[in-house]
Amino acid sequence: MHMDINEIIKPENLVYTKPRLMNDNPMHYCPGCSHGVVHKLIAEVIDEMGIEEETIGIAPVGCAVFAYNYIDIDWIEAAHGRAPAIATAVKRLNPKKMVFTYQGDGDLAAIGTAETIHACNRGENIAIIFINNGIYGMTGGQMAPTTLEGMKTSTCPYGRNVALNGYPLRIAELVERVDGTCYVTRQSVHTPAAIRKAKKAIRLAFENSMAGKGTSMVEIVSTCNSGWKMSPVKANQWMEEHMFAKYPLGDLKNV
Amino acid sequence: MKEDIKLMKGNEAIAHAAIRYGADGYFGYPITPQSEVMETLMAEQPWTTTGMVVLQAESEVAAINMVYGGASCGKAVMTSSSSPGVSLKQEGISYLAGAELPCLIVNVMRGGPGLGTIQPSQADYFQATKGGGHGDYHLITLAPASVQEMADFVALGFDLAFKYRNPAIILADGIIGQMMEKVVLPPFRKRRTEEEIREQNPWAALGKPKDRKRNVVTSLELDPAIMEQNNIRFQATYKRISENEVRFEEINCENADYLIVAFGSMARICQKTIELAAEEGIKVGLLRPITLWPFPSEAVARQADHVKGILSAELNAGQMVEDVRLAVNGKVRVEHFGRLGGIVPTPDEVLAALKEKLM
Ligand SMILES: Cc1ncc(C[n+]2csc(CCOP(=O)(O)OP(=O)(O)O)c2C)c(N)n1
Ligand code: SF4
Ligand SMILES: [Mg+2]
Repeated sequence: MHMDINEIIKPENLVYTKPRLMNDNPMHYCPGCSHGVVHKLIAEVIDEMGIEEETIGIAPVGCAVFAYNYIDIDWIEAAHGRAPAIATAVKRLNPKKMVFTYQGDGDLAAIGTAETIHACNRGENIAIIFINNGIYGMTGGQMAPTTLEGMKTSTCPYGRNVALNGYPLRIAELVERVDGTCYVTRQSVHTPAAIRKAKKAIRLAFENSMAGKGTSMVEIVSTCNSGWKMSPVKANQWMEEHMFAKYPLGDLKNV
Repeated sequence: MKEDIKLMKGNEAIAHAAIRYGADGYFGYPITPQSEVMETLMAEQPWTTTGMVVLQAESEVAAINMVYGGASCGKAVMTSSSSPGVSLKQEGISYLAGAELPCLIVNVMRGGPGLGTIQPSQADYFQATKGGGHGDYHLITLAPASVQEMADFVALGFDLAFKYRNPAIILADGIIGQMMEKVVLPPFRKRRTEEEIREQNPWAALGKPKDRKRNVVTSLELDPAIMEQNNIRFQATYKRISENEVRFEEINCENADYLIVAFGSMARICQKTIELAAEEGIKVGLLRPITLWPFPSEAVARQADHVKGILSAELNAGQMVEDVRLAVNGKVRVEHFGRLGGIVPTPDEVLAALKEKLM
C-alpha cells in the first residue's frame, strides 16, 4: 500500500527537528565538521532557556566567522581574537543580557590570549564557547597553539616540533587557575552521548552568565577533518586517540 | 541658570564632559600625557550617578574593542590614549569604520616615532586624517585649541559620530591635555534608555525582538560586488561629511598679506605670532582648522587668492602642509615650519620662520 509522506510527518511521529533558532541558510562548514553540531546545541539552549530576545553572540574570525548566518539572534562580528573584549563591554553596558563568544583555538589561544585571560580574570559574566580543533581551519590548515606534538599542518609539514614551535597550549587548565572563572569544562561532540553532555555544559555556562557567577568556558575538543586531511569518521577516531590524551574531557572547575 | 565654571586640565575636561554628555561607557589604558582622563572618571565614579561604565582595559587593543562592542549596541562609548596607544588601536578603528559604528576616540598626541617622548607633538596628523588603519576610510577629526574646546568637542564628536555612523576623533596634544584653563562645563544630559537607543539606532545589536530580523554588526563581506557597494556607501558618507561639517576659525584674515595655517596648541602660539607681526606692521592672518578631516580646503583656497604666501605651522615635520598645498593648488607659495620630538616653539620663532621663508 502506498503511504503519503504527509501521513508520516505528523506531530505525534516527530522524533527530531531542526532547532527553531537555526535558520535555513546553507552551512558553509565541511561535512563532518564539529562547528555545525555546536551551533545546533547553542541554538537549542537559547531556545530552551527562552532568552533569544536577550542574547547577543560574538562571532570570531575563523571558520565560525559566519556563525551569525545560522543562529537567528543578534550578533557582533569581532576582529580576530578580540571577542572577549567586545563581550566584556556588551555585558557591562547591558548587564541583564546573555552575552557569549564563540571562538576557535587560533582566535582564542593565539592572537586573543590576552583578551581571553583578562576577561576571565575580571570574571566577566559571559560564556566562552571554545572550539579546539588543533588547527587553523579557515586559513587552510596551519599550526595552532593547540596543535599536537608531531601533528602535521601546512606550517609544520614535518610535524609539530616542540623545540621549534613550543608545546600544545592547554587553555582550559590556564583559565581554571584564574579566579574570575566559575566554570571551566572540556567536552566533545563526537558521539550522541558526548553531544548530550556538551549541551548540558553549554546550558550551565549560559545559566552562570545570567546568574552573574563569573566567566564560564566550555572547550569543545573538535575535529577539522578537512584540515586534518581525514574522513569525518577517521577524524573522530584520531581525536579520541590523540586529542583526548592531551586534552582530557571533563569539568576542570565548577564553583 | 548659573554657569558651571571650573579651572581644570584639558584631560579632566574631557572626563567631565563625557559624564555630562550622558556617555554610556569609557574604556582606556594608562599612558602619558592623557592618563587624567581615566583617573578623573574613576574618581568621579559616574556609575553611581549617571550609570556610565568606566573600565581600565588590559591594553589599548582591548580598550578599542570594548568600544567596538559598546558601539555595536548603539551605546555612546569612548576611549582615550596617546600616540603609541593610538597606534595599537588602529585595527579596531578600521573595524569600527568598516562596520559603520559611531564612537569617540581621543588622542592626546606625544612625540614619536616609537616610544618617543611624553612631550607634546602633532605628528599623528596623517594617522588621524588619512585613515590610520587598513582600508579606505576617514575619521571625523576635531582639533581643540583650548580646554573649553576639549569639553565642547566631546558632545560635538559624539553627535557627529551618531549622525553619520562613523567614528570621530579628538586630536589634541600634550599641551592641550595638560594645561589648565577656565572652562564652562556643559549641562548634564540624560543617558539614553534602551528604548531610545533601539529607536534611534535600529541597527544596534541589543537582542532580537520577534518582530524584526536579526541585527548583525560586521565589517565582513566576501562578495566583492557587495563589498564595492559598501565602500561606495562609505565614500558617499564621507562626501556628505565633507560638504556639511567643515569647521574652522579665521583671525585677522580679511586684509592679511600672509597667512598662517595652524591647529590645536600651535594655533594658540600663532595667535601671539600674528600680534607680534602686527606690531612690526606685517599683516598676518591665522586660519585655524577645527576639523582636520574634513579639511577646510575652500577656506584656505579663498585666502590664497589674496595673500602673498602661506605658512603651515605644525608640531611635526610637515604633514598638514600637504593638505594646505592641495587646497592652494600652486596659487601662492606654501611653506612649512615645524619643531619636532616634543619641542614647542615660541611665537617669535614662528614669526622669524615666516619672514625667512616667505618674505
Ligand atoms: C589580524 C588577523 N590576522 C590573521 C587573520 C587570518 N586568519 C583568519 S582565521 C585564522 C585562524 C583561525 O583559526 P581558528 O581560530 O582555530 O578557527 P578555525 O577556523 O579552526 O575554526 C587566521 C589566522 C585575520 N583574519 N586577522
Ligand atoms: S576547515 Fe575544518 S573547521 Fe573549517 S569548516 Fe572545514 S572542517 Fe570545519
Ligand atoms: Mg581551529
